[in-house]
Amino acid sequence: MVNTKVTLSGWELDNPVIPASGTFNFGKEFADFYDINMLGTFSFKGTTREPRFGNPTPRIAETPMGMINSVGLQNPGIHAVIEHELPELKKIFNKKVIANISGYSVEEYVYCCQLIDKEEQVGIIEVNVSCPNVHGGGMAFGTDPKNVYEVTKAVKAVTTKPVYVKLSPNVTDIVEIAKAAEAGGADGISLINTLLGMRIDLKTKKPVIANKMGGFSGPAIFPVALRMVYQVAHAVNIPVIGMGGVSSAEDVIEMMMAGATAVQVGAANLVNPYACKEIIEDLPRVMEKYGIKDLNDIIGIA
Amino acid sequence: MYKRDMYTVLENKKIAKDVFLMVLEGDTKYITAPGQFINILVEGFYLRRPISICDWDDKTITIIYKVVGKGTEAMAEMLPGKKLDILTGLGNGFTAQPGSEKPLVIGGGVGAPPMYGVAKHLVEKGLKPTVILGFTSKDDVFYEEEFKALGCEVYVTTNDGSYGTKGFVTDVIKNLEGYDYFYTCGPLPMLKAVAMGTECSGQLSFEERMGCGFGGCMGCSCKTLTGNKRICTEGPVLLKEEIIW
Repeated sequence: MVNTKVTLSGWELDNPVIPASGTFNFGKEFADFYDINMLGTFSFKGTTREPRFGNPTPRIAETPMGMINSVGLQNPGIHAVIEHELPELKKIFNKKVIANISGYSVEEYVYCCQLIDKEEQVGIIEVNVSCPNVHGGGMAFGTDPKNVYEVTKAVKAVTTKPVYVKLSPNVTDIVEIAKAAEAGGADGISLINTLLGMRIDLKTKKPVIANKMGGFSGPAIFPVALRMVYQVAHAVNIPVIGMGGVSSAEDVIEMMMAGATAVQVGAANLVNPYACKEIIEDLPRVMEKYGIKDLNDIIGIA
Repeated sequence: MYKRDMYTVLENKKIAKDVFLMVLEGDTKYITAPGQFINILVEGFYLRRPISICDWDDKTITIIYKVVGKGTEAMAEMLPGKKLDILTGLGNGFTAQPGSEKPLVIGGGVGAPPMYGVAKHLVEKGLKPTVILGFTSKDDVFYEEEFKALGCEVYVTTNDGSYGTKGFVTDVIKNLEGYDYFYTCGPLPMLKAVAMGTECSGQLSFEERMGCGFGGCMGCSCKTLTGNKRICTEGPVLLKEEIIW
């Protein structure tokens, strides 16, 4: 028997596999395919104060071994999430969830975190300072260490739940940003969000995506993500949730060896709705193959 | 409900310019309505290819697709016996309108295949839909005989007049009388022209670039008068009355 249990800020997960925000909606689409209670947990769709339709379509482009999305944080707003989505989720998921919160200003992040703080179903608040698809917010916060520090500090002041700050890879020095989040009181770091990317349609001679650019994800970005997780995990003293192109149990283990305590799976869910189920089921086999008895033994071992 | 399964290519042949018909063998129990689609994983490509269902029975699915890029090019080269990972039963599909006795079934280009399933479904209900198929040119025309074999009256239009009526499907519709409902799928300008050129109500099937095809990513959302809808889940079929043009 191998041990797949890991702990994030005192919260023990059955396994480190967590569907990433924006690729799992609020769970029910995937509950149609399998019992999602087998997951470590999942991070729900990025939520803002007001409901958002998001960006114009086309919002999706394909790349070699990946994809670009420019959804633009379409979500029903924090009130609808609390009144509708969380009660619906309770019917299909009996574990706590990660609440992914986005905003356009420090006040908006604070507003949403204050409300979500009261929700028993939420185990961790993941503060998304890194969405590449929203002008005037999101990633703008995540690329300036001063902002990251201030948002983190402001949010920490209004919640007792662990706060994980989700970082953008679209910066010169990821370590500087991670340290700013840690200094602001973050309980953990999630990284990476998508890389800013673009495709052009040769027939129309125009960008494929209506918003021209979008967030690049999928297996193609895994080495970049792994490198950043490694750098950040070695520079901070708080847990790191690693993500970016993770598609297999081997990738999960590699991310953990780089320093991740838990691992999120994003784009893979969209191509294979059973991706997380298959990774979780395969994890003990891969652990045994590499002589790993307990996942906690390999965190940051590289 | 939908499901992922493995399917075997039984047949894959060219039926018009850049247009191929593929018959797949496998579990079809998750397909519940004409106009639904399947999402095919093509080796070497990251995202699945969503293709509308033309026809299905207890153990086979027929799709008709156009080669528009490298993914569909790879599909066109697949030989019988090839196994494919496919999600089936996706989307809402068309619903036979209660009370409609003289429906129009209108398809444009590769929007025609799902309309075959609709026509067949209506014929099984004892109706005799009038079918209008629009294509660019004679080389693009397909499935005219198959629609006729259902017992439908079939009109074909080509933009250049090289086959059938010269012009667009709306050039046929304007001379028709007595129809009380329509079902359609095709390019966006055609859908709009059909909606504007008809007084009756109808159902229209839309296309959008998709991430997952099952509602997980919000990649294919559109605004309607009845709220935001995902083309892959609450669509692809929308009611004429709810569409914001």
